[in-house]
Amino acid sequence: MTDAAYSQSDESPAPRSGAWLAVLKSWARSLGVAALGLGLLGALWALGGWYIAQSPGMRAFAQLAPGPTFERLWIMLQRGEVWAMSAPSLYRVGWGLGIAIVVGVPMGILIGRLAWLRDLSNAPFQLLRMISPLSWMPIAVMAFATWDGAIIFLIFVAAVWPIMFATAAGVKRIDPAWLKVSRNLGANPLHQLIYVILPAIAQDILTGIRLALGIAWVVLVPAEYLGVSSGLGFAINDARDSLDYARLGATVLVIGVIGYALDSLCLLAIKRFSWLRSDA
Amino acid sequence: MTVQSTLRTTAGLDAHDHKTPLATSDLKPRASIDGGRPARRGAHVQIDALQHRYKGMSHNCLNDLNFQVEAGQIVALVGRSGCGKSTLLHLIAGLMQPVAGGVYINGNRVRSTCPRWVVMFQAPSLFPWMTVAQNAALGLRFAGRTADIPTRIPPLLAMVGLTAYADRNVQDLSGGQQQRVALARSLATEPDLLLLDEPFSALDAFTRRALQQDVRRIAKDLGLTVVLVTHDITEAAIMADRALIMAPDPGRIVTDTVLDPGADRHRDSPAFEAERARLATLFEATA
Repeated sequence: MTDAAYSQSDESPAPRSGAWLAVLKSWARSLGVAALGLGLLGALWALGGWYIAQSPGMRAFAQLAPGPTFERLWIMLQRGEVWAMSAPSLYRVGWGLGIAIVVGVPMGILIGRLAWLRDLSNAPFQLLRMISPLSWMPIAVMAFATWDGAIIFLIFVAAVWPIMFATAAGVKRIDPAWLKVSRNLGANPLHQLIYVILPAIAQDILTGIRLALGIAWVVLVPAEYLGVSSGLGFAINDARDSLDYARLGATVLVIGVIGYALDSLCLLAIKRFSWLRSDA
Repeated sequence: MTVQSTLRTTAGLDAHDHKTPLATSDLKPRASIDGGRPARRGAHVQIDALQHRYKGMSHNCLNDLNFQVEAGQIVALVGRSGCGKSTLLHLIAGLMQPVAGGVYINGNRVRSTCPRWVVMFQAPSLFPWMTVAQNAALGLRFAGRTADIPTRIPPLLAMVGLTAYADRNVQDLSGGQQQRVALARSLATEPDLLLLDEPFSALDAFTRRALQQDVRRIAKDLGLTVVLVTHDITEAAIMADRALIMAPDPGRIVTDTVLDPGADRHRDSPAFEAERARLATLFEATA
């Protein structure tokens, strides 16, 4: 039999006319809406700065307004201070999140696949999950030889749960027919893991990582109030202690921008690995 | 009739040409798909005193089944819902183990799944994160035969008429096209035995008709043994050489009959209609 056999049905349909234009329009609309939202936030910030500047009792904080903050940020960028304060924080978040992924994903797969393990682990994991990560701080300080180790542990504790539970939920939702078909085609458990389970739950894992990253980034700053002398949390503390409010404002802005950028990267990864047509 | 015109009628999507008789001699022989290897005979299947009972059940759902399927034969298991047809197919495939008796393929007891015998299920259950070609090649990948993929998959996709879709995501395909990918996937590992679990029941009538004819023709061309589960008498008459009618409680074979609906198996031919009517009568009388 030749391809001509199916000449009627075999022709791949031509790309929809104007598809690229529609995508560009969609992007432009998204960017426009984002810019409008950020503009509104900036306006509120400016209004707050103006109000503080007009209030005699709060005038000392006037440097938190957008003007002094951006001015200070520009100086910090030129001096390389932004990178110097961000790199240690990114290092700690990277390690904490990485360990959370290494622990959370396999554990989530096991919980999703094995009903007995799910039942056994549910109560203790839910109990541990509800403990604020920062409440582990004294124990972490005692248990780890370095400040970095303690902070990475706190980030891990904060990040592991969303990754584990999102992974387990994804595994539970896997179509049993996919596993049956793969078995029928001769797949061993490793094949099933690589070719079926992990691709099927990639979106769930990445969604868990996105949630975990958000929590980790929030936990990072108070965690860096510990004895370390580097990182964004330390920089905030230091700026407050030295009454350098413009620097404080600039550091807060850096935390927000980096967090937003990391979240956007996660979102891109989710879109890249999503196989659901509705999410495309 | 030319090769192309013969094949065009089997596309599965052309509602106007679906009654055109097919010429199996026009098909590529198996050797051309297998890169010159000689055609192989299908598997011989023996069901020996087979019994099965699901956990928690007080009685057998299948009881004392004994029959054989000759190599290259297409056998339809026909019966009402719940008579154990799909259970029997899963037992033959090694997806489950019987509580007593056994399934033997080419004399060897079936104890697990194997790429030599594959099931096509009612739903194609393709993997939506893969392309058409990647789905079709999955069995070869599992068998560690990745080197065979470039030579084996393109001819298979051509055979099921999906060459132009090789790099497309399977979610872009219609139901009939997805079932054709599932067929290519099933044939990729060069099975001796194809087990069909009502694979066309979810398709529209035109696509179903065309695929019934296509699969029979491909199976005959490749020399495959086929066991087809269906509750559709017409489907059994179109596709099978022989029908085993099953009755429930417990599931058992009550009729074993050879089908002879005419050489062309044309739906409108008197021979086909007479054979279909005979099978329907047997079914009503025994199932």
